[in-house]
Amino acid sequence: MALNIVVCVKNTPSSLSVELDPSGQPKTAGVLYAINPFDEYAVEEAVRIKEKNAGSTVTALALGPDADQTVLREAVSRGCDAGVLVTGTEVTGGDTLATSRVLAAAIRKLAAAQPVHLVLFGKSTNDSGAGSVGGQVAAWLDWPGVLSVKKIESIDEQAALLWRMMEDGIDKVKVGLPAAVCTVKEINEPRIPSLKGKMAAKKAVFTKWTASDLGLKPEDAGAPGSGARVARYTAPAKRGTGLRIAGGSAAQNAAQLVDTLIERKLI
Amino acid sequence: MNPQGILVVALNQRGQASPATWELLGAGRALADAAKQPLFAVLPGGTAEQARELVERGADRVLWTAHPSLKEFNDEMHTQAVCAAAQQLSPARILLPGSVAGRSLACRLAVKLQAGLATDVSEFSPSGMVKRGAFGGNLTAEVEFKSPIQVMTVQAMAFPPAARQAGRAGEAAELAFAPAAARTEVISFSAEEAGEIDLGGAERIVSGGRGVGGPDGFKAVRDLAHALGAAVGASRAAVDSGWIPYRHQVGLTGRTVRPKLYVACGISGQIQHLAGMSNAANIVAINTDPECPMMQQATISVAADIFEFIPLVVAEIKKRKGVPVAA
Ligand SMILES: Cc1cc2nc3c(=O)[nH]c(=O)nc-3n(C[C@H](O)[C@H](O)[C@H](O)COP(=O)(O)OP(=O)(O)OC[C@H]3O[C@@H](n4cnc5c(N)ncnc54)[C@H](O)[C@@H]3O)c2cc1C
Repeated sequence: MALNIVVCVKNTPSSLSVELDPSGQPKTAGVLYAINPFDEYAVEEAVRIKEKNAGSTVTALALGPDADQTVLREAVSRGCDAGVLVTGTEVTGGDTLATSRVLAAAIRKLAAAQPVHLVLFGKSTNDSGAGSVGGQVAAWLDWPGVLSVKKIESIDEQAALLWRMMEDGIDKVKVGLPAAVCTVKEINEPRIPSLKGKMAAKKAVFTKWTASDLGLKPEDAGAPGSGARVARYTAPAKRGTGLRIAGGSAAQNAAQLVDTLIERKLI
Repeated sequence: MNPQGILVVALNQRGQASPATWELLGAGRALADAAKQPLFAVLPGGTAEQARELVERGADRVLWTAHPSLKEFNDEMHTQAVCAAAQQLSPARILLPGSVAGRSLACRLAVKLQAGLATDVSEFSPSGMVKRGAFGGNLTAEVEFKSPIQVMTVQAMAFPPAARQAGRAGEAAELAFAPAAARTEVISFSAEEAGEIDLGGAERIVSGGRGVGGPDGFKAVRDLAHALGAAVGASRAAVDSGWIPYRHQVGLTGRTVRPKLYVACGISGQIQHLAGMSNAANIVAINTDPECPMMQQATISVAADIFEFIPLVVAEIKKRKGVPVAA
């Protein structure tokens, strides 16, 4: 049973300690980028499905500037077969509404060449942290979209059985394919890129599409296609050091802690 | 008609109203009053009686439907129901809970309504901007909308719940709902262990990290949680070591929590853990290393070995409660 899987990956800052410029935008100079750590789970899951189903393919899909080809190389080094970068000033700088629209258009174009059964996403990105692009891509495609998936119990060309982690337990969800699935960490343990994978990544040549390749008009994508934008970022107030309980015996300290909690009506 | 008013999406959890709904109504009522606009609610998969409670907690007009397809959360079905309500009510802002269901639904709604979307909102500004955490909580993003309709999910515990006023005036009507078939089907649900308090809505959380040393160390953490009536959380180091299931993980890769009290036992306070809990109103840190980031940020910190200290705290709490302590 051959399945064609697309996995969306984003190039994001490796460190979350970002500095702001005077206008409240994160400084980008000198920032190191790498594959969004949560996307590693999506890549791994896609590759595992491929390995279990002969003839399957995994295509990594990214949206970003030309430099973001590095994230596709990372995806190939972890077992993806091919990569597509959607790029150009028309498509970058959008909110999740615009970004998901562009990704959906790229998936449609891929699906026109060969059927796509499944699109996988990480839980969220570590920069904006919205966690909505996967669900929104599903909506644009008018496919089912399932978030918070911790296990793909079974999958064939028609349907998948998923475990969705809810706040109060696990929903077993059956979806007709094609569908978009957003993974959570527990789904697998991502592998380290193999030597063979790294070699393949080095040599890989990626498909590049712009807005016009996808039939998108300027008002569909980027900032013009967005419904929201981050006006500015601010650094939240630092928490100061509070009351330090020390000095007494352990029993005295325990009593002081409980006294303080009661005094402050915390228990 | 120009979109106007606030629409709260009231999502039941396994048939029961969720406390998150009261928080949405609290936040929504304040927004509606400030804008002198109505507060609407839609209740997919609920009852007339539950709709009445939404009115008594602040909604001016509620549309509810008990359609059987909405019994369990189904993105496709719930989207159809909320869209049907939105069509009738034409709200400018749609507020959903910050749960998995709320976020799933928000994604579809935003696309259907061509709306800007902000997830995990923790603050509303009078200007119409909303605030949410970004970069693992290291930064606050101020989001500005330009779409006529705006969809947002609201972080749990960020807003005070709306109180119930018996007899409050408002209208509750059944939503006409004739859904198209969905390709998504929830075939079963298995609940977490009975008696476990969900982290997301917990007022108090006791979490353990690598410092608890092993699964046995978590027994002490659970004892303390039990004594405080708290939910149990964990750092990734503890989860990755297999000492406690992933659903307890707090942080960037896990849950984001906002309790009144967060007790961090043997957790150093790395940025990715803080991402999930730095909005706790009060942090208590118990750690052998007084200089670790968690101890430096804690509201109350105790330099102590958890193995020695936690049993003493548990005994002390029991003493205050008048529970006899085993010698
Ligand atoms: C992409 C990414 C995502 C991540 N997501 C998360 C996440 O969601 N949640 C998360 O928690 N982490 C996350 N991490 C991991 C994070 O960086 C830290 O490694 C982790 O939080 C450390 O857990 P810890 O504080 O329990 O362990 P450590 O940092 O090892 O701290 C253990 C602490 O225990 C104290 N201690 C030791 N013995 C005792 C004792 N007997 N009594 C009292 N104190 C004692 C030590 O002084 C120390 O402060 C993520 C990392 C990455 C790269």
